[in-house]
Amino acid sequence: MRSIFQLLTLFAVAILVLASCEKDNFDAPETSLTGRLVYQGEPINVEYNRVSYELYQDGFGKVGPIGSTFTSEGEFSQVLFNGEYKMIIPIGQGPFVPLQNQSGQPDTIRIDLRGSEVIDIEVTPYWRFRNALISAGEGRVGATLSLEQIVTGDQARDIESVTLYVSKTAFANTQTNVATAAMGGGDIADMNSISLSVDIPEIQPVQNYVFASVGVKFAGVEDLLFSDTQRFDF
Amino acid sequence: MNKINYLLLALLFGGGWACESDSDFLDRTPAQILTTEQALGDAAQVESILSNLYSRQFSVARLSDWRTMADFNEVYVASNDGQTNDFHNNNTWGWNGSYSFWGTWDYGYIRELNLFIERMEVATIPERLVTIYTAEARYLRAAYYYELAKLYGGVPIILEPLTYDFSGDPTYLQVPRSTEAEIYDFVIAEATELATLLPADASGKSRATAGAALSMKAQAAVYAGSLAKYNSVTPSVVLEGGAIGIPADRADGYYTTALDAARQIINGEAGAYSLYAKNPNNLSENFAALFYDKNANPEVIYQEEYLIKFKTHGYTISNQPRFGAEEEEGGAMNPSLNLVQSFELLDNTFAPIPTVDEAGNRILYENQEDIFAGRDARLGGTVILPGTSFKGREVDIWAGVRLADGEIVSGNERGQLRELPGSATPQQVVGFDGPLENTPQNAVTGFYVRKYLDPTPGSGQRGNQSDVSRIQYRYAEILLIAAEAAFELGDPATAAGYMNQVRERAGFMIPLTPEDITFDRIVHERRAEFALEGQYYMDLKRFRIAHRIFDGVAMDVEGLKANLGSATKRSTQPWGLWPYKVYEPGSPDDGKWYYTEVLPSRVTAADTWQLGNYYSNISNDILTNNPQLARQPLQ
Repeated sequence: MRSIFQLLTLFAVAILVLASCEKDNFDAPETSLTGRLVYQGEPINVEYNRVSYELYQDGFGKVGPIGSTFTSEGEFSQVLFNGEYKMIIPIGQGPFVPLQNQSGQPDTIRIDLRGSEVIDIEVTPYWRFRNALISAGEGRVGATLSLEQIVTGDQARDIESVTLYVSKTAFANTQTNVATAAMGGGDIADMNSISLSVDIPEIQPVQNYVFASVGVKFAGVEDLLFSDTQRFDF
Repeated sequence: MNKINYLLLALLFGGGWACESDSDFLDRTPAQILTTEQALGDAAQVESILSNLYSRQFSVARLSDWRTMADFNEVYVASNDGQTNDFHNNNTWGWNGSYSFWGTWDYGYIRELNLFIERMEVATIPERLVTIYTAEARYLRAAYYYELAKLYGGVPIILEPLTYDFSGDPTYLQVPRSTEAEIYDFVIAEATELATLLPADASGKSRATAGAALSMKAQAAVYAGSLAKYNSVTPSVVLEGGAIGIPADRADGYYTTALDAARQIINGEAGAYSLYAKNPNNLSENFAALFYDKNANPEVIYQEEYLIKFKTHGYTISNQPRFGAEEEEGGAMNPSLNLVQSFELLDNTFAPIPTVDEAGNRILYENQEDIFAGRDARLGGTVILPGTSFKGREVDIWAGVRLADGEIVSGNERGQLRELPGSATPQQVVGFDGPLENTPQNAVTGFYVRKYLDPTPGSGQRGNQSDVSRIQYRYAEILLIAAEAAFELGDPATAAGYMNQVRERAGFMIPLTPEDITFDRIVHERRAEFALEGQYYMDLKRFRIAHRIFDGVAMDVEGLKANLGSATKRSTQPWGLWPYKVYEPGSPDDGKWYYTEVLPSRVTAADTWQLGNYYSNISNDILTNNPQLARQPLQ
């Protein structure tokens, strides 16, 4: 009896091992496509999980996109098979002028992937940071900065608010923060000297560092533009 | 030996069958499937098909799943840790909301409705029934398109059953989305015609009537009107071609349609409906009874019916006060202080629940419910407050005791006993209904839900459940639709007249004047009247206020208590209000109560409404199958 069981077990194992050898084993994709959002070579920081992009590949029946969101540093990465891809950033995503063609559709970035590639996506934010300086001391975080308008004319956007975010983690933004200091766009007297400061609240469990960054919201644009996130130890 | 017998027996049976001719065997009529002629030849048979179509009506809010009513920080979810996290640890909503509750795309249902409507033309049942059944199916079809419109904006309007011809080319079946205006126009036009075909019978509540059709017309028109008017607030939430975005110049037309339809009901053209007022001596009880009284309830125009033994739900089981409940279950939803404090004082003003006096000292109350005195009677009909009762048992909600030296003693299990100074025996230091943050299913915010809770004995037992019906349209909403439409058409006097009828039932003796009627008033009145019924979701969307209410900024106590009358008041986190008992034997204050505002510690997120949330997501699968469909904006 026992030997029959052993034989059966052996047989079952053999079937499992042999059966999994062939067709169901594809090579995993290994070409990486990475990139970031830039304006004249300067990286654009956005909020994580908010600014999305879509990648399409034609020729395989269904045409649904794969996609994800940019990181807080404005970067993205995908591991893909070689092939021709089309990338879009849907209209209304990101604190920059939508990339669109004359018919109002999202402008397509064509990518012919033949080996790993790094691409820069050139976008035009409505305004940009100049001399953003964040400092910390005596239980407070302060920021001084100036803002420079880039987009003028029909597409120009006013500044709705400027906010300093302090966070326990490197994600210092609207979603994860422990303290904020905001200033409405109308209250800014001089775009060349904006200063904000906020007390660092008591953090549980205790940690001796915080992160901070400044976000700017433009009127009528959902996503914020962020300055570099900085870490302060004390 | 036995085996051989069985073998012989089997041969015998097999042989017996083989004798019949093979063609006869294949030609028998099926016993389980009715042919179309059979199904449509008998009135009872047709009615059972129609009844199946009724049972598949869609609504985002439904009593069979209380979680559909648990969003927007109107309640704190305390059913279990996982669900508490789902609702209160996420900053954002998925494109289709929590648990995909904001999604439906059941064109299979529409096809069956279309088939039913088409086949009624060849049905061999009395002509009178053909007319009425067809009208009912058309009502259900319009109602489903209306639900789609509320979630998605314009969708493909298919009014005939589509059949694939297996030619390999399905493009002729691919219909693009209608414009948002077209789908509302379709619903309004169908409802207008159906109001003349369906019976004007106020006693019919759960089958389509003229009253139901006119209610749908009035509500669809006022929704379309507000979408046309307020879409300019969010100019990026549009689609080229109009699948989303109704032109602003159509707003007045829709408001006029809404007002006319509502007036038809108010004037009694569809039957005698009125506000529920069977218990004028206790207006809170009266308001609660409106939802469970199934005996000639004059307020209900159309409902999704439940009936004991046939179709029941566990809403009462999930949400009943936990202590002494018929099942060891309850307290899934705890109304938030955000909702509770939004109910006005009876002098028509807004005020936070008074916990501290001007000097900042805690106000002491003789009885627990005194703190809620002088408020809108709907508060007590919507929420079970500390010190009030359900099913004859007083709820026991208090967070701890304060000793003479200011120390607060509390426990970590329901109704815990502790030794207190000056007492020989251990004393109870926390209520049997909580609030205990780290225990699920108790009054974590200090409140339980009252609305739709069934006082019938047995309704809180799993084996029995509740048969309270979900009201889709009720007379109070018709009045408020009329008020809103009149206000938007520049006639605040008429608006005040209609709104005051609803407010009088809630105990307000001072009528609002036409000058009092503002946009904020309209939004607030609907929030208070229809709290936890489902309308709030669509109100947040159509007035385009959701992204301002849920702006991702955490709340503090001052912020919580400010701006109460504002339609765009921030409500990103659900707060609670905890009662404490003063324990000072010998002192006049002994046994008195005071209250503290609390943010439950499990609430770690502050909600953010993204502009892409204004319309539900059409999934990539659907978009791929029909390339004519436009993607939703900002998703």
